[in-house]
Amino acid sequence: MIAWRAYAAVGVGSALGTSLRYLVSLAMPGIVGPAFPWATLAVNALGSWLIAAFAAYGARRTTGRVARWQPFLVAGFCGGFTTFSLFGLETLRLLEQGRASLALAYVLLSVVLWLAGAWSGHRAGRRAAARA
Amino acid sequence: MTIGLTGLLLVAGGGALGGMGRLALSNLVARRLGAAFPWGTLAVNLSGALLMGLLAGVLGPSAPGGAGPVWQLLAIGLLGGYTTVSSLSLQTLTLWQQGRTHAALANLLVTLVVGLLALVLGWWLAGGPA
Repeated sequence: MIAWRAYAAVGVGSALGTSLRYLVSLAMPGIVGPAFPWATLAVNALGSWLIAAFAAYGARRTTGRVARWQPFLVAGFCGGFTTFSLFGLETLRLLEQGRASLALAYVLLSVVLWLAGAWSGHRAGRRAAARA
Repeated sequence: MTIGLTGLLLVAGGGALGGMGRLALSNLVARRLGAAFPWGTLAVNLSGALLMGLLAGVLGPSAPGGAGPVWQLLAIGLLGGYTTVSSLSLQTLTLWQQGRTHAALANLLVTLVVGLLALVLGWWLAGGPA
């Protein structure tokens, strides 16, 4: 893909992913309470599932729409949807509030869900490509 | 719940710039250091964590709760969209599936430990209580 097209696709995808993450972060505390960063935990786990599913599907269906839209979907949408810097900041805030065990739980739960998400997304993407 | 259109546009604009910045840096790093290890994503997440620490230190502790326009554009949008967990998860899984268990573990641990330290460093440099 020509460079500027890749940048445009990633820019638009990232704007959409980032906006959706923002909307989730506005909606979640009202549902599950503000004491724990559930919103970031959820978007990072879901984004890890999605990126692995898109990548596994696109790798097997190399001429399909998912493969063509890879920069938009993967580096764009999933990249903007998930965030490492806000995850780190939330961890730091929990530590600052003296809630060290909650901070540790947040980090450990996050890592488990990120990797489990990617693993399960990879399997789902591979299965979907085999059926398609 | 009312969602301000201005806030959403600031977040989206920051997210677009952040995503393009991430692409630019990870391409640059991959050209220099090769694609055998995800150096690009690592560079993005560590630099983004440092900048987020600086920003939080400059804007003060009340920033995330009362999300003003600067916070929406720079923190939630720009740096939130610049850094990524999805690529980190996928690249760690790929390294592990290639049998490169040590590289997978190193990728994850270095991102987490150095990333959190970079955030604290940025916060401290900007005068935050660390």
